[in-house]
Amino acid sequence: MRKRQVTDCYKAAVAGLARGVALFVIAVGLTACGGGGEKPTSVVLVTHDSFVISDDVKRVFEEESGLALTILQAGDAGEVLSKALLTAGNPQGDVLFGVDSNLLSRAIDGDLFEPYESQLLEGVDERYQLDPEHRATPIDHGEVCLNYDRTWFAERDLAPPDSLDDLAEPPYEGLLVAENPATSTPGLAFLLATIARYGEDGWQDYWRMLRENDVLVVDGWEEAYNVRFSGSSSGTGERPIVVSYASSPAAEVIFRSPRPERAPTGVVADSCIRQVELAGILRGTENEEGAQELIDFLLSRRFQEDVPLSMFVYPVVRDAELPPEFQRFAVVPPDPLELPPEEIEANRDRWVDEWTRVVLR
Amino acid sequence: MDEGRAALSTTAWRTLAYGLPLAFLALFFAFPLVAILERGLRSEGRSGSAVDVLTDPLTVDVVWFTVWQAAASTALTLALALPAAYVLGRYAFPGRALVRALVTVPFVLPTVVVALAFLAVLPESLERGRLAILVAHAFFNVAVVVRIVGTFWAGLDPRLSEAAATLGAGPWRSFREVTLPLLAPALAAAAALVFLFTFTSFGIVLILGGPSYSTIETEIYNEAVRIFDLHAAAVLALVQLAFVVAVVWVATRLEARLAVAGQALPEEDVLRPPRGWREKALVGGSLGGLALFLGLPLAVLVQRSLMVGDGYGFDAYRALAEPTGALLATPWEAVLNSLVYAAAATAIALTIGGLAAFAIAGAGEQETRRGRLVEALLTLPLGASAVMLGFGFVIAFDTAPIDFRSEPWIVPVVQALVAIPFVVRIVAPTLRAIDDRQREAAAVLGAPPGRVLREIDVPIAGRALGVAAGFAFAISLGEFGATVFLARPDSPTLPVAIFRFLGRPGELNTGRAYALAVILMIVVVLSVLLVEQARTRRSGWF
Repeated sequence: MRKRQVTDCYKAAVAGLARGVALFVIAVGLTACGGGGEKPTSVVLVTHDSFVISDDVKRVFEEESGLALTILQAGDAGEVLSKALLTAGNPQGDVLFGVDSNLLSRAIDGDLFEPYESQLLEGVDERYQLDPEHRATPIDHGEVCLNYDRTWFAERDLAPPDSLDDLAEPPYEGLLVAENPATSTPGLAFLLATIARYGEDGWQDYWRMLRENDVLVVDGWEEAYNVRFSGSSSGTGERPIVVSYASSPAAEVIFRSPRPERAPTGVVADSCIRQVELAGILRGTENEEGAQELIDFLLSRRFQEDVPLSMFVYPVVRDAELPPEFQRFAVVPPDPLELPPEEIEANRDRWVDEWTRVVLR
Repeated sequence: MDEGRAALSTTAWRTLAYGLPLAFLALFFAFPLVAILERGLRSEGRSGSAVDVLTDPLTVDVVWFTVWQAAASTALTLALALPAAYVLGRYAFPGRALVRALVTVPFVLPTVVVALAFLAVLPESLERGRLAILVAHAFFNVAVVVRIVGTFWAGLDPRLSEAAATLGAGPWRSFREVTLPLLAPALAAAAALVFLFTFTSFGIVLILGGPSYSTIETEIYNEAVRIFDLHAAAVLALVQLAFVVAVVWVATRLEARLAVAGQALPEEDVLRPPRGWREKALVGGSLGGLALFLGLPLAVLVQRSLMVGDGYGFDAYRALAEPTGALLATPWEAVLNSLVYAAAATAIALTIGGLAAFAIAGAGEQETRRGRLVEALLTLPLGASAVMLGFGFVIAFDTAPIDFRSEPWIVPVVQALVAIPFVVRIVAPTLRAIDDRQREAAAVLGAPPGRVLREIDVPIAGRALGVAAGFAFAISLGEFGATVFLARPDSPTLPVAIFRFLGRPGELNTGRAYALAVILMIVVVLSVLLVEQARTRRSGWF
């Protein structure tokens, strides 16, 4: 009973926040309701290893909500999803962030999330809202694209590729490193890009040509980009074309000391496909209010404007501003390739199996 | 009356010495593993029934490749390690302890680090596939052979082969007919352990095998973690467990023979400095070859940690003090966490493993079988799937009163599981070597069993426990497979931090990963060197 009252009081405070009441009023309100001792004092965000939040942004959430934000990173995106499915109904946290649009159906089928429709979704473009029942809320998007090493091509007087077709041509033999779609989310996205481009009847032939052209397939983005690709700053790799992100060139600039004037890598705009990252409230959470607050926060301008430089992805909220480094160095593909989510859902596992037979066996 | 009490207290003591390790194993190994296997077998798989999984040609290929690569890796490891084992078992030379310590470094390094070092060292044409896997496995496991066989060799009486030589046998014949039969139990025990490690090897195969090569363990990982088909994963985990149980059983029997044959001479009586240019060339050649093989990948790690743009510097090390987006702690805190976790894991492993060792070594003739069984059981965590164990912890310890899955102490508990078998193997042989007459004399003089233990066994075992502590520490420090599932993000360990940095773009992050790997290497070298200080000829074979 007492817990109920406390939560109601809490709810009032949250509503106050939504109405834009000043911070200290909420703080006072919370203190006034406090003393119950049963109110959850923290909210746990389960996410993948690539999740990054700036300290001051995290602090803003903690101060505004009065909740400590605990971040539980549990591996790469696929691993996190599997672990969440393993504990569905008795979760290790309150909110899961980082389900990729291409794997969304796995989460939905596993009955992982509780529906929540944030009011802030009004500010989010329809094309990112992939679940009409709002079990999963879009938070950011990124484009998976071919990247190439500018220096490598300049030194050899060879034009960098500018289409997917180019990769199957003789001058580009042995130059591409891609990720295994069975084990990597950018790998899966790139496979879907080729299916979107060449269709159900043509993609296998395209990959046969890539195979003949000596494509190198590795398990994960880390290895493809940091080890095999010649253009990354850790670059000892020998392959000048890699499946990465549209924002990778900006990362190459920001993480290099001294910062170069021009991004050392380029993006093949024709090859891009969109990935949306979503978050959801884990079914069975003991802190549903806090979880909803956290989802709202992930859609707030403060967080949305933090994602480009912390995770190298784009905000989904329309009025979020991009940082200058992003405006200057990151590439925004004008119209990326797309596949209808229903089609992905119905065929994903079969496509990956077929790809494995065509390319690896 | 007194006798009755003594008997009672002996029983109580024995129950504790057997009971606590077994209870620990049941709670933190068997229970989570059974939980995940049960859930997996009950769930509906994407790939059909258990029979479908087992008869799938892909599964058959995977099992065959697993056995093949483990056998080939074991053979390669033996071939590369035996010259050094011989040199260490026969000659005294300056820096011998250092060599023994350095050889051990790869064995306790996290696989992610080593796999990346190999990717950097090998030319692209060799790096993907069988050869890379075999070479990296040999790199890891040379220590097992050098330490087990070298130590055993150093206890063999050289006069036996000298006698053979006097009787006209050439060096090859004397080796084949005298030394080899004597060495056989050590060789077999070392080979069995290497086979076990390579059979269940995960990080190396995952990274160096790439998408085209898969062992049972990496396939379990694919099914459970990447595809979330727990059914197929459970079936494969059972197949792997069956193999592991068989290998552990064989290894334990072979080690029992080691103990019987363990009437070793003191090293001081056996070792002598190399004489003449041939012996010196032999020592220099085999150690030099090994140094090159083991040193090159490690040197590449150091070199990479110092690379800044096109030049060299300490930027990556300086950057360790800064907080980064990749970790919820500064990298230096990860170093500290690792040390604390490893210390806790060492304490647990010494308590549990020490008790088990006392129980096993103290067992009379009729109890040897029971002791051996306990030892074999405690070895199983070395070969069980780390992936399934990690998953098992998550679902087994999820409700009160055993809601442990997010507790920080669960990390050292998992690390201790891997360290305990080494503690048992180091401490038990030392205790077996204690002359029973000492204990009997004390008992005759009226000392109760507890006091006998305190005043006879413990002081003698002290040094062995010191050695075991160093090993447990180094192994816990490098443990990655299960830790990565359970370590909390605000308190990562060194290997987890290295793994996280490797997964991020940018020169600084990669540099930090290499710098942390070098720091980990230094801590490992130091603890292993300390071990060498404490080591005596009595302290087991590892």
